[in-house]
Amino acid sequence: MTDVTMRVWRGDADGGDFRPYKISTEGGEVVLDVIHRIQAEQSGDLAVRWNCKAGKCGSCSAEINGKPRLMCMTKMSSFEEGQAITVAPMRTFPIIRDLVTDVSFNFEVAKRVPAFKPKPREADGTHRMAQIDVERGQEFRKCIECYLCQDVCHVIRDHEENKPQYAGPRFFLRYAELEMHPLDTNDRRTIVREQAGVGLCNITKCCTDVCPEHIKITDNAIIPLKERVVDRHYDPVAWLGRKIRRRS
Amino acid sequence: MTTIEEVGPAGNAPSVTPVALGRTRGGPDVPTLRPDRWWIQPTVIFLGLTAFVAYSTWAAFINKDYFHAPYISPFYSPCISSNCTYQQLPIIGTWWSISPSILIVAFPLGFRLTCYYYRKAYYRSFWWSPPACAVADAHPRYSGETRFPLIMQNVHRWFFYAGAVFVVFLGIDAVRAYDFPGGWGMGLGSLILTANVVLLGLYTFSCHACRHLAGGGLRGFSGHKIRHWLWKRVSVVNAHHMLFAWLSLIFVAFTDVYVRLVASGVITDPRFF
Amino acid sequence: MATDAQTNMAAEIETHELDVLVIGAGGAGLRAAVEAHGRGVKTGVVCKSLLGKAHTVMAEGGMAAALRNVYPEDNWQVHFRDTMRGGKMLNNWRMAQIHAQEAPDRVNELEDWGALFDRTPDGRILQRDFGGHRYARLAHVGDRTGLELIRTLQQRSVARGVEVYMECTIFQLLTSDGKVSGALGYWRETGRFVLFKAKAIVIATGGSGRCFKITSNSWECTGDGHALALRAGADLMDMEFFQFHPTGMVWPLSVRGLLVTEGVRGDGGTLRNGTGHRFMFDYIPAMFQAETADTEEEADAWYDDHAGNRRTPDLLPRDEVARSINSEVKAGRGSPHGGVFLDIASRRSADYIRRRLPSMYHQFMELAGVDITKDPMEVAPTAHYMMGGIRVDADSTAATVPGLFAAGEAAAGLHGSNRLGGNSLSDLVVFGRRAGVAATEYAEGREGAVAVDGGDVAEACAQALSAFEREEGENPYTLHRELQEAMHSLVGIIRTQSEIDQAIDKIGELKERSGNISVEGNRAYNPGWNLTMDLVSMLTVSEAIARSALARRESRGGHTRDDFPGPDPGFGKINHVVRRADDGTISVTPEPLPEMPAELRALFDE
Repeated sequence: MTDVTMRVWRGDADGGDFRPYKISTEGGEVVLDVIHRIQAEQSGDLAVRWNCKAGKCGSCSAEINGKPRLMCMTKMSSFEEGQAITVAPMRTFPIIRDLVTDVSFNFEVAKRVPAFKPKPREADGTHRMAQIDVERGQEFRKCIECYLCQDVCHVIRDHEENKPQYAGPRFFLRYAELEMHPLDTNDRRTIVREQAGVGLCNITKCCTDVCPEHIKITDNAIIPLKERVVDRHYDPVAWLGRKIRRRS
Repeated sequence: MTTIEEVGPAGNAPSVTPVALGRTRGGPDVPTLRPDRWWIQPTVIFLGLTAFVAYSTWAAFINKDYFHAPYISPFYSPCISSNCTYQQLPIIGTWWSISPSILIVAFPLGFRLTCYYYRKAYYRSFWWSPPACAVADAHPRYSGETRFPLIMQNVHRWFFYAGAVFVVFLGIDAVRAYDFPGGWGMGLGSLILTANVVLLGLYTFSCHACRHLAGGGLRGFSGHKIRHWLWKRVSVVNAHHMLFAWLSLIFVAFTDVYVRLVASGVITDPRFF
Repeated sequence: MATDAQTNMAAEIETHELDVLVIGAGGAGLRAAVEAHGRGVKTGVVCKSLLGKAHTVMAEGGMAAALRNVYPEDNWQVHFRDTMRGGKMLNNWRMAQIHAQEAPDRVNELEDWGALFDRTPDGRILQRDFGGHRYARLAHVGDRTGLELIRTLQQRSVARGVEVYMECTIFQLLTSDGKVSGALGYWRETGRFVLFKAKAIVIATGGSGRCFKITSNSWECTGDGHALALRAGADLMDMEFFQFHPTGMVWPLSVRGLLVTEGVRGDGGTLRNGTGHRFMFDYIPAMFQAETADTEEEADAWYDDHAGNRRTPDLLPRDEVARSINSEVKAGRGSPHGGVFLDIASRRSADYIRRRLPSMYHQFMELAGVDITKDPMEVAPTAHYMMGGIRVDADSTAATVPGLFAAGEAAAGLHGSNRLGGNSLSDLVVFGRRAGVAATEYAEGREGAVAVDGGDVAEACAQALSAFEREEGENPYTLHRELQEAMHSLVGIIRTQSEIDQAIDKIGELKERSGNISVEGNRAYNPGWNLTMDLVSMLTVSEAIARSALARRESRGGHTRDDFPGPDPGFGKINHVVRRADDGTISVTPEPLPEMPAELRALFDE
């Protein structure tokens, strides 16, 4: 048992500040455990969003000592003893209360993604896909929608005005997944450029850094999308090829 | 009971739903809450890249001491003007009077400038956009790579093709580095030029554009055995692209320094045989 | 009759009028909503969390369906028989039959909606072995199949424009003329009330694991649907059967109860006690002797050759394994932190483990600092799944109140006294879809406007806010902790009459004290208040569990009585039905099982 000071942001859209809570912690605990004990023992109305407490649902996203993390996957033992630990809500999204933010931006963006459109089944009624082909999409489908990547992405974190034309890393994953889906027949490359704003990303890789599922968002999704946009819009050889094919 | 009829195509037309911005933000309004020394990394990268740019600019313009048989500095290869100390491919006439390095340096420079790794490095350390993760962008407005000049980053693939050609030239240089005036042999410089082209090759062929062209651009790999094999190999080295970017950068400068020191007579190249 | 003031209050509440309201956005709820919406009725889904966070994401191993991709010998009859045997024949045979027959179509359909299951070498859906299933039958995605299911349904819902009301808790169902007419809830964000008028309501609220101290369930699993339905006059059934998953994490304390997928055993992991002995060979019950290996050699050979060998006892149904682990620990042969060892490290290559069980690898590495490719895991039973639930008609999922339907974990019947792993996810889509169909048909056939009684609404709202008016009252967190302690130690994995009696007393006391809860702060996103509301459901469900457990004087499936250690043929013919009288008292009535037709019964003579 050691004592620790948690500086937890308390407030809503009208303002707020960090409030210190002194609390004891035992071995093996994570930040969410401590937040829960603050709720049970000191401040019953401390708002926090959480569900599984196992790093699988992606609900308890916050900024711990300034870094976007899942509270349930951040061990108390990872901090230096004697240092106060700061817990703040995600910065990119409007505050609801305390550690809870309004993440509806992400649900709006999700609606804009053109849906999966499969090719017809084989004659025997099955869809055939190779394991090597589903594995690429499976990496992206590990995403637990914690939106930490969206939170850390400076394109919208520091530039609110970009939100209407930017899908963000989580949805670049989704676009990449669909563009690499062996059964899909939609071509979303123009949408990726024009509506999802992949060009706004300057690949500074913070999304990959914060991903609790260790998905290689930048290398495996965003850059391949950028390259697909290059195929479609910036590659004269491919352009010429398309022209010739259309003629013949 | 039957399954429901599919009603029309599953939303394949681009949706035009506007994105609602929601309410105003709240929460702590400070550039960053990180207590750690997040500025160390961008500072180190800033210093490293600045040092390289300063040295390579000087080395490219100085127009001397870049050749000492059989070694040629990578900054001057391929040497394509008639005023080269070492006649390699004199396709540019005598009217070119300044350093022949200037003729070619744009290609490797462009390759590195548009490289996905270096973009991250300099956007963070030079442009502070953002300086580190969860640290505020230093600029009030941001349009990323959607407008000129940064939209030109999309030409990275073309610099990759040029980069691949350069690897061939430097490969020839490395082989020639064993071809001494008195016959075949091996000096320390031979090994350095060899290591240089190996690192440069690893950097070039671990590039993201290469990975895309190798097979990453395919929707599925089945039916594309060779490209899948290639993609897997490129993916392995691509995971270390940053490492190769730095190693090849440092080594290309080091190779130039070495050739320069030998050519100017400061040191003598040790011959092994 | 409602007074004018009450009518006005009801009129002021934000109101949505729907044909079909689905409560719960897990696998069953979303599948029901997709179906109803696709059939053209006005459909809405309410959920307590954000869309996509439902407890379904925690399902790991896979979804059972006789696709016959790995074993062509498999078919719905075998799946049906496995399900019935796993449930100790207490299942509703018709539900088990529908489930086994329709599961393959429902799995294939997910693929049309974008799901990416693991593949066989010839490109079809790969299936894995799981406890109680005769053949490798579970379509899966590594060990995160639940996430795949929820994401697929979520994306389908979004693509089709299904209306989702997120972070909204329903705390009261409304009825008029004995029919369901709506639901009353509050937005977590603001605490403001919201009224949904609906012609039909589907309850898909999942389980009630939060009644127990050590549980794999998230905070949402508070048995809301059970309590709502019971208060609306519907029957609950089989509430004594609660599945304790045999392998939950035991250490560190903060993740105690967190699930370790059965896939670990399906892929070669084995249970060992503190001395390293594979103790499951000592606990093979008579019912499974014919198909279970009794030597380690045969068990190990079975993984590669199912035809020539009998299956390993590590993969006996969950109730058997959980009881065996419990016995080993009680006998002092446990692991250092009070569990047993689950060892896959010494049996499979590190590469294989990381590929087949990525999230388990991740979970142990990040939360416990254990590398499962090198060291064994420590596991013990954890409260996992509610077999009981709302009593429904097998074909239509209709509850006993007209207009009310239930699917998924909230409904009873399919799993009998014990659920087989992998049958849950297929349950969600099979009966989720059927609930969507039936609710749509009911809503379309329902005539006249849906009316709600303003008086009911006003009364329920006032009741909900009463905790704000008290000061210096009980702390909801404390009451919850006491309830969990009582349920776990008194109505947990092993039960006995005197302890259940104690639990019922304790629940009565907590019910009384819960009327005196006070919460601080205001209504906006106030977890203390939210817990107070959920506590109402948990107390109701806990009482139903305890009373049913008291009535079943035998041991069967997910119900083990120390004082009646064996099964009793008499109890094997009845289900316990729970009803609530108008004064709030809860009664338990035995009712005979529906008669299984001869052609299905013949399947068990083999």
